[in-house]
Amino acid sequence: MMIDAAFWFIVVLTLGSACMVVLNEKLIYSAIALLFTLFGVAALYVFLWADFLAGVQVMIYVGGILVLIIFGIMLTNRITSVNISHTSVQKGIGGMVVLGILFVLGVMILNTPWLHTEFVEPAQTTATIGTLLMMEYLLPFEVASLLLLAALMGAAMLSRRDD
Amino acid sequence: MTGNMIMNYSLLILFLPLAAFLIQIFIGKRLPRQGDWVAIGAVVTTLILAIAMFTSMLIGHEPHFAQEASFTWLDMGAFHIELGFLVDNITITMLLVVALISTMTHIFSIKYLEGDIRYSRYYAYLGLFTFSMNGIVLANNLISMYMFWELVGVSSYLLIGHWFEKESAADAAKKAFLTNRVGDIGFFIGIMLIFSTLGTFVFSEIFNGIAAGKMGGSILTFAGVGLFLGAMGKSSQFPLHIWLPDAMEGPTPVSALMHAATMVAAGVYLCVRLFPLFTPDALLVIAYVGGFTALFAATIAITQNDIKKVLAYSTVSQLGYMILAVGSGAYIAGFFHLVTHAMFKACLFYGSGSVIHAMHHALHKKHDHDTDPQDMQNMGGFKDKMPITYWAMLISTLAISGVPLFSGFLSKDAILAGTLSFASHHPGHFLLPVFGFGAAAITAFYMFRLIFMTFHGKSKMAELVDDIHESPKEMTFPLILLSSLSIFIFYTLPYFNPFSDHGWFMELIVASDAAVPGNPSAHHIAEGIHHAHYTAMALSLVVAALGIFLSWTFYFKKKLSADEWAEKFKPMYNLSSNKYFFDENYNKFLYKPFLKLSALVAHIDWDLYDKYFINGFGRVGKIISFFTGRMDYDGLDQTIVDGIGRSARQAGGVLKFLQTGRLQTYMLFALLGVVVIVLIQSF
Amino acid sequence: MDSLNTYLFIASILFSLGLFGVITRRNGVAVLMGIELILNAANLNFLAFAKFGGMNISGHIFALFVIIMAAAEAAVALAIIINIYNNFKTINVDDVQELRQ
Repeated sequence: MMIDAAFWFIVVLTLGSACMVVLNEKLIYSAIALLFTLFGVAALYVFLWADFLAGVQVMIYVGGILVLIIFGIMLTNRITSVNISHTSVQKGIGGMVVLGILFVLGVMILNTPWLHTEFVEPAQTTATIGTLLMMEYLLPFEVASLLLLAALMGAAMLSRRDD
Repeated sequence: MTGNMIMNYSLLILFLPLAAFLIQIFIGKRLPRQGDWVAIGAVVTTLILAIAMFTSMLIGHEPHFAQEASFTWLDMGAFHIELGFLVDNITITMLLVVALISTMTHIFSIKYLEGDIRYSRYYAYLGLFTFSMNGIVLANNLISMYMFWELVGVSSYLLIGHWFEKESAADAAKKAFLTNRVGDIGFFIGIMLIFSTLGTFVFSEIFNGIAAGKMGGSILTFAGVGLFLGAMGKSSQFPLHIWLPDAMEGPTPVSALMHAATMVAAGVYLCVRLFPLFTPDALLVIAYVGGFTALFAATIAITQNDIKKVLAYSTVSQLGYMILAVGSGAYIAGFFHLVTHAMFKACLFYGSGSVIHAMHHALHKKHDHDTDPQDMQNMGGFKDKMPITYWAMLISTLAISGVPLFSGFLSKDAILAGTLSFASHHPGHFLLPVFGFGAAAITAFYMFRLIFMTFHGKSKMAELVDDIHESPKEMTFPLILLSSLSIFIFYTLPYFNPFSDHGWFMELIVASDAAVPGNPSAHHIAEGIHHAHYTAMALSLVVAALGIFLSWTFYFKKKLSADEWAEKFKPMYNLSSNKYFFDENYNKFLYKPFLKLSALVAHIDWDLYDKYFINGFGRVGKIISFFTGRMDYDGLDQTIVDGIGRSARQAGGVLKFLQTGRLQTYMLFALLGVVVIVLIQSF
Repeated sequence: MDSLNTYLFIASILFSLGLFGVITRRNGVAVLMGIELILNAANLNFLAFAKFGGMNISGHIFALFVIIMAAAEAAVALAIIINIYNNFKTINVDDVQELRQ
């Protein structure tokens, strides 16, 4: 019962803060709401027995990407200006389209005969993931490292002031 | 000498002049002395190689020696061409002749063309000619022979037109080339007839095929006559003889090399090589053409005053002799005459070149540029001024006239014996020996006329005589060498009998049997010639003596006046001195009608066909096009083509507002599309 | 509550919200935040399939790769935004409309 309550609390927290992210007028509030969404998602990961990924989510998203986004906001807006606000466009039609997509998705979820195979809780996810990464997914792993390197260099290259 | 060495030597002899040609044509001008030493070095090397081969032939003493080598040139399934070489005794002898005369020409030209503007190019072309002539000699099949045949034609064209600034030289070059083309068409037809019937170009296979009866009758006769047409063009036989006298526009050494000794002999060589395939009918054609040419050209030579023209007609006449020999079956005699004639006729040309050279310099000194240095009427009394030239020319003249102790006597005698024997077997063809003996008498007459007019008596331009000098030794050396080669001993060794042609030549170069079934065998022909030998000798001595005597009375003693006799036989004299109006008649009966025909065709084509038919079509087309144009423009273009364009433009004008440039708008549309597609898919 | 469909519905709502943000926000950084939401929704799906759909630990690995990719994407996207800011003095994506007709 407690777990159910906690689960639904987390769901509401996640989706509510996500609504804040996309609807709030103030950019910095959006960023802070994103923090809660990401935490909520991390908590949902725990419910899905993905303890390692929950940790990664907190470290990379909260510690890395969110800080990066806040940096972006700070760098591109005059911090002194009181209103770092941002308006939205085409809210009406956009909302309708998105609702349409949501409807389509919902219908699809309900109608699809999903494969239901319960899997036992893994004893230790971290060790299994590490073994898999080094064995079966070695090539994507290496490619991912290359991608990161290229992205880092590209980002540094792009954001450099040409002088 | 082994067969391999023979082949290597032959290849060297073939390709050395080509290498010299390439060097000369590309970098000749930049070499010291304009590179004449390259060409001379190459050709002297070929002479040495040819002499080596010749010596080994003499030592080996194999009458039936033959060496063949070939490689595949084209292989397209059923169409298969092999090119190759055939080296036998005829080849070796011919190679030596070509190399010798070519070397002499190269040496002679050093002085004769000194200071010429295209000195290095001249030597380059000589190299090209030597290469192609050797190619003809070495060929063992019709295709490579035809190729080299055309190459020879090209080099002849280039060398006749060496001084192409002179319009007459350029015209002569064109005339030579085009006249040769007429013959070459026949040659090509002959080749194709043979190939389409027998499927091969190689001589030996052709002969085998004919002997096996795979080809015969009238088609073989046609093929033979076709091939002979090629020989007629190259050897300037009647009626294609018109180019050779004009070819004298080229430098005199070139005339000696090509238009006296070697190139024009290619036609005879072809007939000698292909003798076994000629049918009796084809041989008759050959004999009559040759015999008639021999007599006919000799009668023209009597009245010519240009020293080179006399020699040119004499060459035509002598070539006719050789062709006559082939036609009457004594083709080895024809080849024998080819060799001896090459020596003395080249010598005569060098002699004339020497005289012209001297005249030219004398006239130059007098600043006289109008007098023709080749006109014999301006010469006379050069005997003491130019002794070497005189004696060399005299020896050659004796040889060509058929005087005993000289080479011409032997070869001419063999030919005349051949014709006599032929006539005794076929009494209907009594004209052939008449042609032969008649030409022999006239030859002796006009050759001595040349000698007397040039070297004896008094010059018509006395003031020139003091300035006439003997030519430098580069020019006299070939004269001495070639005139000594006109003495009988070189052809009868190891025997010493001036009245018999028995010697190495007749022992080593033996006739092969005709491949055509029914033709008399080589042995049969030789027998006949042997029987006729003494009769022919006696008759030829008589006619030669007669000719020389007449010439002596007319031009040396002047007991009879040439002018009076010319007056008496005015029509005949005119005919002869105008070369039987051949050029004029060709002009009148061939070119002019052809031009008229062309004009008529052009008139029909332009004024009738074009104006009424084509233009009529045009007018109808114009009317139709007017209507289709209207339909096209007003109907199609305006409504459909332009209409589509306009509607597209209007649509674009509306749609352009969708292009907001806003990323999110585009994305919205994309999502909208996704929703629509999914909805359509699922319902 | 602990079923596949629950998670899929949560994920699809998260996805729709992210999409809405991407479509409607004018600020480039906010668009980026929308994209992060979409990626999180995808990850949630991966893990849900890992638990209920038989994807097992492989689902975790995919989610891991998505996170890696998201990090790279965020870095590059922010670099681009800063570049746009330097060139146009704004990061409002609808002001950057050079592609307009």
